[in-house]
Amino acid sequence: MDSALIPNGVKRCSMGKFLLWNSIIGLVLLWGVFALLLCWIKGLNQTNMNNAYGFALWIWADLAVIALGGGAFFTGFLRYIVGKEELKNIINYAVLIGFICYSAAQLILGIDIGQPLRGWFIFWHANIHSMLTEVAFCLSCYFIVLCIEYIPLILENRQTDKVPFFHNLTHNMHEVMAIFAATGAFLSFFHQGSLGGVSGVLFGRPFGFREHIFGTIWPYTFFLFTWSAAACGPCFTILVTKITEKIAGKKLVKDNVIDLLAKISGWMILTYIIAKTADTLYWAFVTAPSTGFILAKFYTENPGSVYGYWILFLEIVICGFVPALFLIVKKWRRTPVLLWTAIILAVIGVSLNRWVLVLQVLAVPVMPFTDWNIYFPSWQEIATTILPVAYGILLIMISYRYLPIFPQEAELNPIEPEPEPEQEAKPEGKAEEIKTKAGEPELKPAEA
Amino acid sequence: MLPFISFEWVWDMGHLVFHGGLWYALNIIGLAMTYCVLKTIYDTYKGKGAQHH
Repeated sequence: MDSALIPNGVKRCSMGKFLLWNSIIGLVLLWGVFALLLCWIKGLNQTNMNNAYGFALWIWADLAVIALGGGAFFTGFLRYIVGKEELKNIINYAVLIGFICYSAAQLILGIDIGQPLRGWFIFWHANIHSMLTEVAFCLSCYFIVLCIEYIPLILENRQTDKVPFFHNLTHNMHEVMAIFAATGAFLSFFHQGSLGGVSGVLFGRPFGFREHIFGTIWPYTFFLFTWSAAACGPCFTILVTKITEKIAGKKLVKDNVIDLLAKISGWMILTYIIAKTADTLYWAFVTAPSTGFILAKFYTENPGSVYGYWILFLEIVICGFVPALFLIVKKWRRTPVLLWTAIILAVIGVSLNRWVLVLQVLAVPVMPFTDWNIYFPSWQEIATTILPVAYGILLIMISYRYLPIFPQEAELNPIEPEPEPEQEAKPEGKAEEIKTKAGEPELKPAEA
Repeated sequence: MLPFISFEWVWDMGHLVFHGGLWYALNIIGLAMTYCVLKTIYDTYKGKGAQHH
């Protein structure tokens, strides 16, 4: 039915199956949209946020998807600026994942600000003393860059590519893509960093506060956030690629491409986690005590030990050093189970880091007479956080079906010639019947 | 926020760095896209890409 839109030389599932899965995911999406409308129409009283939790599940989700979407800027940087040619075979997918992550972040922010019609205030009435203003500037600009990087991919669809203007536009945009990639890397460096800087400058909250570089400008968390996004973002790209391969039941990217990205990611994670460890030690033994807190105060006496020492161990050792070593050692990296383990741990690690620096910061009491602040999201918050996930899956499904995302797919999965009609186990004369009914048999993707 | 237009604008380092960075990025993106679109119009006018299919 839609075979004329499917890329050349590749095979896709039937339209019925495609629509069925779209409908299932679409239902989840509608649930999220319903919760979103509740938040917009009735207001933020639909959430469990309160005076202690001005930042909650949404901001964690925001920071997590932005970190995970960091694979787009870092892969683009490696491909266009450093010149790692092999990565051209995964850059399209990295861009798509980045586009989904950043549009999801914008969507969540649109709900979180409560009055989206006033979203432009942050640009026009900018508070230049706020890290979040810088985040808003860079996030919006980088989203424009991601749209520009995604447009050529859409225009490369078999039908749109037939239009000379679109074909030429795609070609010309590819020619200057290095400029967009460099701009994207510049913008990402600052907004990823400023997101980390938000907790680092909170001198009233010693759990998040860190020492600064250049006087009072940049806390160390600024650099750690950028570093961790560049380190773990590619792991998310690999993870989504691997999941797509599992679902599609075929190989989509050659091993050498995954291997290169995993190796770079491994070294980035190792260097990041060493810096993170040094930062944590300095904070635990110098910064926090100087504000009158001992380390145990942050990790004990909280209800249910939700924020025990385990969270520190999990983030730094299990989700830091372990995936770094798995990805650096060639033999381990090339063992599928260990590769899967490493990329999953890295993704959990960076998400956990964002959780700690958004929610644990707010949970820890800062006065001797206050208690731990406990928060559990409302169903509306959960539904609106799942909404972008459903949206992302839908966009991946549609893009994978109609756009040439994986340049190596046709080579890795050559289409076998269709069996002769006589050899098929069909009732006699059925092929003839189809021919007569439709005038001519429907064009199969392989034939197309 | 723009100088001369917005009453909140102040000629200090904070405004210059913040908004300078924003306009710098927007200008690069805008100029690169303008170049792409103009070159595409020129190429299409010259018949390039018509023989592609």
